[in-house]
Amino acid sequence: MTISLNLNGQPISLDVDPDMPLLWAIREVVGLTGTKFGCGMAQCGACTVHLDGEPTRSCVTPVGAVEGRNVTTIEGVSGRVAQAVQEAWQRLDVVQCGYCQSGQIMSAIALLQQTPKPTDDEIDAAMNGNICRCATYVRIRAAIHEAARTMEG
Amino acid sequence: MIPGFRNVVTGSRRTFLKGSAAATAGLVIGFNLPVGARKAVAQATGTFAPNAFVRIGRDDTVTVIAKHLEMGQGTYTGLATILAEELDADWSQVRVEAAPADARLYNNLHFGTLQGTGGSTAIANSYEQLRKAGAAARAMLVEAAAEVWGVPAREITVEKGQVKHQATGRSARFGELVDRAAMRPVPTDVPLKDPQNFTLIGTRLPRIDSKAKTNGTALFALDVRLEGMLTALVARPPRFGATVKSFRVDRTKAVPGVIDVVQIPSGVAVVATGFWAAKTGRDELEIEWDESNAETRSSAEIMETYRRLATQPGAVARRDGDVARALAGAAKRISAAFEFPYLAHTPMEPLNCVVRLSATECEIWAGDQFQTVDQMNAATAAGLRPERVKIHTVFAGGSFGRRATPTSDYIVEAVHIAKALGGRAPIKLVWTREDDVRGGRYRPMYFHALEAGLDAQGNPIAWQHRIVGQSILEGTPFAQAMVKNGVDLTSVEGAQNLPYAIPNLTVELHTTKVGVPVLWWRSVGSTHTAFATEVVIDELAAAAGRDPYQFRRALLAGHPRHRAVLDLAAEKAGWGTPLPAGKGRGIAVHESFNSFVAQVAEVAVEGDTFRVERVVCAVDCGVVINPDVVRAQMEGGIGFALSAALAEAITLDKGVVEQSNFHDYTPLRIADMPKVEVHIVPSREPPTGVGEPGVPPLAPAVANAIFAAKGERIRSLPLRRT
Repeated sequence: MTISLNLNGQPISLDVDPDMPLLWAIREVVGLTGTKFGCGMAQCGACTVHLDGEPTRSCVTPVGAVEGRNVTTIEGVSGRVAQAVQEAWQRLDVVQCGYCQSGQIMSAIALLQQTPKPTDDEIDAAMNGNICRCATYVRIRAAIHEAARTMEG
Repeated sequence: MIPGFRNVVTGSRRTFLKGSAAATAGLVIGFNLPVGARKAVAQATGTFAPNAFVRIGRDDTVTVIAKHLEMGQGTYTGLATILAEELDADWSQVRVEAAPADARLYNNLHFGTLQGTGGSTAIANSYEQLRKAGAAARAMLVEAAAEVWGVPAREITVEKGQVKHQATGRSARFGELVDRAAMRPVPTDVPLKDPQNFTLIGTRLPRIDSKAKTNGTALFALDVRLEGMLTALVARPPRFGATVKSFRVDRTKAVPGVIDVVQIPSGVAVVATGFWAAKTGRDELEIEWDESNAETRSSAEIMETYRRLATQPGAVARRDGDVARALAGAAKRISAAFEFPYLAHTPMEPLNCVVRLSATECEIWAGDQFQTVDQMNAATAAGLRPERVKIHTVFAGGSFGRRATPTSDYIVEAVHIAKALGGRAPIKLVWTREDDVRGGRYRPMYFHALEAGLDAQGNPIAWQHRIVGQSILEGTPFAQAMVKNGVDLTSVEGAQNLPYAIPNLTVELHTTKVGVPVLWWRSVGSTHTAFATEVVIDELAAAAGRDPYQFRRALLAGHPRHRAVLDLAAEKAGWGTPLPAGKGRGIAVHESFNSFVAQVAEVAVEGDTFRVERVVCAVDCGVVINPDVVRAQMEGGIGFALSAALAEAITLDKGVVEQSNFHDYTPLRIADMPKVEVHIVPSREPPTGVGEPGVPPLAPAVANAIFAAKGERIRSLPLRRT
């Protein structure tokens, strides 16, 4: 079956099982591997993409459900917020193993698009679905604040 | 083209790497040396060949070859810093590349002849080696410049990748000198810098892998794609020790995309065009297991046997004085029992690797932590000689010990599958999260029994510590060196070397046989010994009516490095200053892997629950290569330790693991992460590790803080066990 969607701003058609999770369609059929597999049951957030701008767990989203919709992955993020987040992440050296960080960044971008100046509690609430086993949480909080500050200026 | 699209890593990857190296490399130290010169170097310096660690291109790029796995601990940045320091390289031109598997060049000097990463040894064992490698490269560049310019080498200076001769005003970039430098013999005895003159070591250089890990381009094994590659998932038995009796594949083979189903020693492998087809196919397998040799006990039953064992004397790991007599004569006695569950590592990147097998060669792509061991095990499985096994080490999405497995379990599985398919396709083996959580190789379950006594003045005079649990090393190639007189050193580390001055002290061990596979887990023995010892010391302080910080301090007179971190953590935490009702502070100090860490936890108790609000950490890891990486490892170690302390436990019901994924094996999330402050003790001692030592003091500091807040002693982990 052919599924058509917009991926990172480009229209694509995929000939795949519509039940296949979007994650595997992105990673294995399209070949974009920045979106990660961590749990397969929407518990860890490593697979977070933006679906029509909303942070979404691609590991439990059937590709058939995104027909005609806009999917953005870590490879396709752009704009002021994304840039501020990625730069803050680098400036503060948030990453350790880095495996969860695509998902963390996708969630952080979505947060700052909705809430340009979040409090610690708002950060914790928005980011609580993204597990980081290296526990880089102190720096994730700091980098989100840092990104918010740079966007003010 | 879709933005960010990355081409398939094709079979020509090696050609690509070779081509790029040829295009840029001028000075390839260590790789293109005449054999005689290499031999001379090896003879002059011992078992390793220095200078296999750097390549400098005509484009000025300095490529540092990392023999250690980057799994998050920042080792690529640290290793490159050490070499770049002595080379006087421009940090912006420094790159890092993973070393191939070659134990002759890349053995971990703390592991003897093995190449591998673990035990927080990467920086410690590489420090001298990489300084010498950088200094030798620098000397060759200087000599090359001296020759070209006709000036004495001693008048030449090097700074940020620029070679200069002040008197004549001449200067050259590294890239301009590499061809001539490559012609020179490798010097064997180049003086190293006085640490006072370090310009990179000790500074906050940015992590070398930050950019790739924030834009999705960092390559993990799960991201490797080879031409014609197939994906395999393995169905493994529900109970440890069971084997395949029979299986039916009809429904599996009917799943579109499933290519083959093959039996391997650990179970039944479904091979398909991709993950989803393999997973769907595996769900359709019908397997009957032979459980005649399986472990069928529940964890509660096993713990009960441990509890009984702890009433009997065990193998002696340490004996000072006469503990029985001292206990009998003690003015006050404390008796404490501790229970620790099995723990899973659950690195965010589930175990996986890619294997390409031919009749003469086995190539492996993995976040490989144990290259030499994996090479040997893969060779055995493939029926090849170890040197025919090539390993491409890529970033690992965490490990915490899991990827350093003496049996190379996941790699061997992939080799068996590739072999069963006659090598007709490269195989990517993927473990799902369920496979990972239920797959064993846990931090062992332990029971500790401690009896301690104070004299009439409140001084501790007796300490009897019994530990019960499985051996991590028995049955592995490491047993010979690490298991002595029935004592696996990893079972008792942190207890056996208790630093407190207590005249009568024994540490004993009962090693148990359980059919659950176990493994080291970030900070190994100290994951449990630090908790038991630091909680009992706290209890003794309370029984003596003394402040727990001062009580420890007084007993550490002979251990200045313990004392220094303890003092620093206490000072920075405001130890002794009043806290609001419902809050408490707890302190703990522990040495592991030759680094010293003290932590003060601040806990807010609300009814039956509590929150860890703040952790102040002091660390002494010798010479600091990168203070920000040290801070990051302490922060992460604290979060990792808190995760286990709060809510992690693997339990068995009649041998079946009761947890399966992150909904019931629950790592720490951001909302539970406390504020963390890290302070570093300045030191000129040789550098030691930071990957693990941040873990051990956290759980006891938290338990001691809960006691301070509400007078309740918690002696079993996890603290929030339901």
